[in-house]
Amino acid sequence: MKQYIFYRFLQMIPILIGTSFLIFVLFALLPGDYIDSNPKLTPERAQELRKLYGLDKPILERYVRWFTDLVKGDFGFSLKYQEPVTSLLNKFIWNSFLIAAVSLFFTWTIALFTGVISAVKQYSWFDGFVTLGVFAAMSFPSFFIGLLLIKFFAVDLGILPIGGMIDTGSNTTKLAYLLEVSKHMVLPVAILTLLSVGSLTRYFRTGMLEVVRQDYIRTARAKGLKERSIIFKHALKNALLPAITLLAFELPGLFSGAIITEQIFNWPGVGRIQLEALSFRDYPVLMSFTMLLSFLTIIGNFLADITYAAVDPRIRLK
Amino acid sequence: METSLVTDQPQKDAVSKPISLWKQTYMRLRKNKLAISGLFFLLAMIAFSFIGPLFSPYVNSTVNVNLMNHPPSAEHWLGTDKYGRDVLTRLMLAGQISLTVGIASMVLSVLIGSVLGAVAGFYRGIIDQVLMRLADILMSIPGLPLLLIMGAILSEWKTPSEYRIYIIMLMLSLIGWPGLARLVRGQVLSLREQPFIQATQILGLSDKRKIFYHLIPNIFPLLLVVATLNVAGAILSESALSYLGLGVTPPTPSWGNMIDTANNLVDFKKRPWLWIPPGAAIFLTVISINLLGDGLRDALDPKMKR
Repeated sequence: MKQYIFYRFLQMIPILIGTSFLIFVLFALLPGDYIDSNPKLTPERAQELRKLYGLDKPILERYVRWFTDLVKGDFGFSLKYQEPVTSLLNKFIWNSFLIAAVSLFFTWTIALFTGVISAVKQYSWFDGFVTLGVFAAMSFPSFFIGLLLIKFFAVDLGILPIGGMIDTGSNTTKLAYLLEVSKHMVLPVAILTLLSVGSLTRYFRTGMLEVVRQDYIRTARAKGLKERSIIFKHALKNALLPAITLLAFELPGLFSGAIITEQIFNWPGVGRIQLEALSFRDYPVLMSFTMLLSFLTIIGNFLADITYAAVDPRIRLK
Repeated sequence: METSLVTDQPQKDAVSKPISLWKQTYMRLRKNKLAISGLFFLLAMIAFSFIGPLFSPYVNSTVNVNLMNHPPSAEHWLGTDKYGRDVLTRLMLAGQISLTVGIASMVLSVLIGSVLGAVAGFYRGIIDQVLMRLADILMSIPGLPLLLIMGAILSEWKTPSEYRIYIIMLMLSLIGWPGLARLVRGQVLSLREQPFIQATQILGLSDKRKIFYHLIPNIFPLLLVVATLNVAGAILSESALSYLGLGVTPPTPSWGNMIDTANNLVDFKKRPWLWIPPGAAIFLTVISINLLGDGLRDALDPKMKR
């Protein structure tokens, strides 16, 4: 097992370097930079600024400098917000984390229950309804369903806020603040849950169907165990095992910020910062953030493989 | 019950004539009501987008100030937009673009993915290592940010609207191929150990022939399913990108950039006919593709024979 972890760990290094290089080259392909988009600067001053930020050096040199800085924990300096990227991200990432974590909780709870029940009652009307619902949830364009819900709940019915995290100019505290934020969270969380619940429900349903067909379940039935204890004690445990791996894949999603959902609901998270950085050509922010996400994805894959090897001995023996 | 079994399936026929894989698949698919309705709906959508404009009197109409922002009426079933253009006709023309982008980028990613995946799995060694690490790298960067950056590059390069759709297809296939390549590689790795590939070795067939005539046809059923579902993903990505103004840009219409009007608060609140129809079109197209793809998977999967 130790050997497997070590080998798998070493594998991450070339991928990390390759990913960072690709991201860097992509940004180098962009002809304009933040300095270009400010028409007030004189050419001399622009040149001076470029030198200051090191934008006049050749690509490879800039890459090496950028990468070594990243490793040291220096994520660069936001040109628009005039503060280090780390502190900028730190300010907004927890807002993204908040809605992501809450919707992750709902997604898993709902998917687990509906998946298991529709597997146990395969071909029932409930199962048919869930199957159709799953397909609908997987087929909605996120921005469209977001707009529809805002139109219905916020504009037409007026029972939920149209966007943002708090009311404009509001300075509530403690319980009132908590209530206000949760009211603003309802729609974004609902959308994020809806978008991811479909595939996970299917996953649990298929997993459960496979387990229920196995011999040891028949044995349990033959022994005369109660159906409920067969399903929830004996079958569910084994159906859940592969899902642990999925949880590791969710890691980047917790911090990535839902770009489109945050944009639509005006939620002050990192997803919106990404779009803003894109339109202001604040590339240091975008680069570091994309790199951070890729890093989290790579770590997530690593953790998924490790947990999978830990729960399933057949993997690591290969 | 017993008598109907005998009369429905004449035993003689089944023995004398082996049923081909595709016929079996078709027969199984036909029983899946959801998949068939998906197929019909998809065909209807294609007909609506490609044949529909022939019946529309507004295809060549240009800006008409007198007709700005009219709600749905007998002449304009889905109303008109801020330039006085008929929304229904724009919906058809946008459908042409969105469906073409979805299908073309699927074809591209399947081509790249299956060839590279088959080559990696067949030759193994260093080629495999290089190709798969490349796929790993591309899969490590989250899709939407990557697409956004590429979309921004296009905008910075001031790519004209009519070329942009081709580059969008390329971008989407760049995102799509790594997953496919991995899948094909896995299949090839297990297929190449089977006797029929060893037989091609003994027959002295060229590598090209082994890969394209013997390995890939065997993966074809699986590819068909993944390719179908891939179209749905491509349409969704294109629409999100176009909605953000980084995909297909006006004057070329696409379902995504039609919904862009919802970013205008007045249009969003007061003129739902501008943005609800394209959204519904995306949703219905994608759900029918998903239902069809899922039905195909069940029909092609021998394990489903119960």
